[in-house]
Amino acid sequence: MLPPTLLYSHFYWLINTTYRRAGGMRYNSKMTEIHISLAQINTVLGDLSANLKKHMEYIDQAVKKAADLIVFPELSLTGYVLQDLAPTVACKPLANDPVFGPLIEASRKIDIVVGFVDEDDRHRFYISQAYLSRGQVAHVHHKVYLPTYGLFDEGRFFAWGDEIRAFDTRFGRVGMLICEDFWHASPPYLLWLDGADLLLFSSASPGRGLTREPRLESARWVEHINRAYASLFTSFVVHTNRVGYEDGLHFWGGSTIFNPDGGLVAQAPYHEEALVLATVDLGCLHRTRARLPLLRDERTSLVNAELNRIVNKG
Amino acid sequence: MTDNPNQALVDLHINPDLARQILAGFIRSELFRVGIHKAILGLSGGVDSALACVLAVEALGPGNVVAVRMPYRTSSQESLDHANMVADKLGIDTLTIPITEMADALIARCPEMDNTRRGNIMARCRMIVLYDLSAEHHGLVVGTGNKTEILLGYSTLFGDSACALNPLGDLYKTQVRQLSRDLGVPEVIVAKPPTADLFTGQTDEGDLGYTYASVDPLLYLLVDERYSIPDCIAAGYEQGFVERVVERIRRNQFKRMLPPIAKLTNRTVGYDFLYLRDWGT
Repeated sequence: MLPPTLLYSHFYWLINTTYRRAGGMRYNSKMTEIHISLAQINTVLGDLSANLKKHMEYIDQAVKKAADLIVFPELSLTGYVLQDLAPTVACKPLANDPVFGPLIEASRKIDIVVGFVDEDDRHRFYISQAYLSRGQVAHVHHKVYLPTYGLFDEGRFFAWGDEIRAFDTRFGRVGMLICEDFWHASPPYLLWLDGADLLLFSSASPGRGLTREPRLESARWVEHINRAYASLFTSFVVHTNRVGYEDGLHFWGGSTIFNPDGGLVAQAPYHEEALVLATVDLGCLHRTRARLPLLRDERTSLVNAELNRIVNKG
Repeated sequence: MTDNPNQALVDLHINPDLARQILAGFIRSELFRVGIHKAILGLSGGVDSALACVLAVEALGPGNVVAVRMPYRTSSQESLDHANMVADKLGIDTLTIPITEMADALIARCPEMDNTRRGNIMARCRMIVLYDLSAEHHGLVVGTGNKTEILLGYSTLFGDSACALNPLGDLYKTQVRQLSRDLGVPEVIVAKPPTADLFTGQTDEGDLGYTYASVDPLLYLLVDERYSIPDCIAAGYEQGFVERVVERIRRNQFKRMLPPIAKLTNRTVGYDFLYLRDWGT
């Protein structure tokens, strides 16, 4: 396992020291910048305690670097190809849960997005992403699109989420999606309409499509659509992908942040663990949308009417 | 028949740096996660095992690759020399463990046996040697079978196909050759006619009845691009050739699977007892 490397985006330049305390919090509702860390980690398949330990180490590093938010990949606490392990690694995002307890406590210092298997009260298991902040669970997203084709078999082992909701954070309104969720255009679109200006995507994306190009086809595709979402929704799109191997599958990393102009703010290396810190300048939302009022002009009623017609025509 | 007029449609070229990085990382990951640091590898003198050896050395360092030559009495001296050429270039030591005695002990029971049986015995003797070295050196056997061989079933079950991990299994032979050239495998090894070297004068392409250069683009269309038989014929492939290849893929499915278990209970290994091998690591 490679040691984590600490990388700085070359955009890591706007540090307003009046707002910042190392390891502390900023509660200013008029924050103009967010220091985001992408925790591009490898995981141990089915070993919650080993994975939790790594999470705490990365969180500690991110706090020391005065990051506001750390985003972990899909199923970061469990590993990806769980199959029959799914019910045995499920946990509950509660303060008294042995896995979530330390994470929720750590969220007093830094907002944390973490991937896990959520078991609901009726014992259905979901691929999930939790947003932890200020010692609370701010939001849990259940993956709504479970790929069950090709090399994927998620629908066999997991329940389908049935909500796509944005939620409020100290940085503004945020939306979270997990991997296949954003291979479909509708979930990011719904989050955008629901008020999210910051989209936090997490993946465990197996690499595939080796050609003569220096980048895998799966990497090209994901980067392409994330840049497109950032551009079409004039929003920030943050994507953390994992690295490492599970049997013959490898996860390619290459986590990214795109800004509302579709510009690349930061990118983690391919194939190796990294904690990448980057500054997101929220003023970009104002400038881009003043120039390009796609959100203002979006005709949601028209979309709604046409969707109703299409859905009901049969 | 084997000249494919549409071969230019298929681009099997791969990025060598990306392939090397992913495959060396795979070898490292699959070994280190179970606390093993050595690879055991049969070095035949052919291009597949040469490439697997290059990748293993890149992943683990030359001191952690146990390369073994396992000649039978009919094996060519050229194969042994080429194996040495690879080992010398990579700075690794080789073992030489002839299989003549052990193979002949069985062959002698039935001297009239055909070349297929003899070849299978030799391949399985080599498997026994490799797995014994695996225990002796606390290493894992790295396989050398490529995607073309696996799809066509051109291997001996529990023989040369037996391994703990296979870095080459998703590369067509054409791609193995390209990557080998790019990673510095000597040209004489890449360019020579591939042979299982089970009997004098044997070549893969003689056994198969077509060349790798002709069958790889067809396999790519059938498998990777999901072309139907009529699609392949429309793309310019001769119907008989396509049908022979498709039938060969189907007939050899058994070599690509663990033996089926007859289901009796509510939870049966292989059907509804499902875990990756990397479970817990």
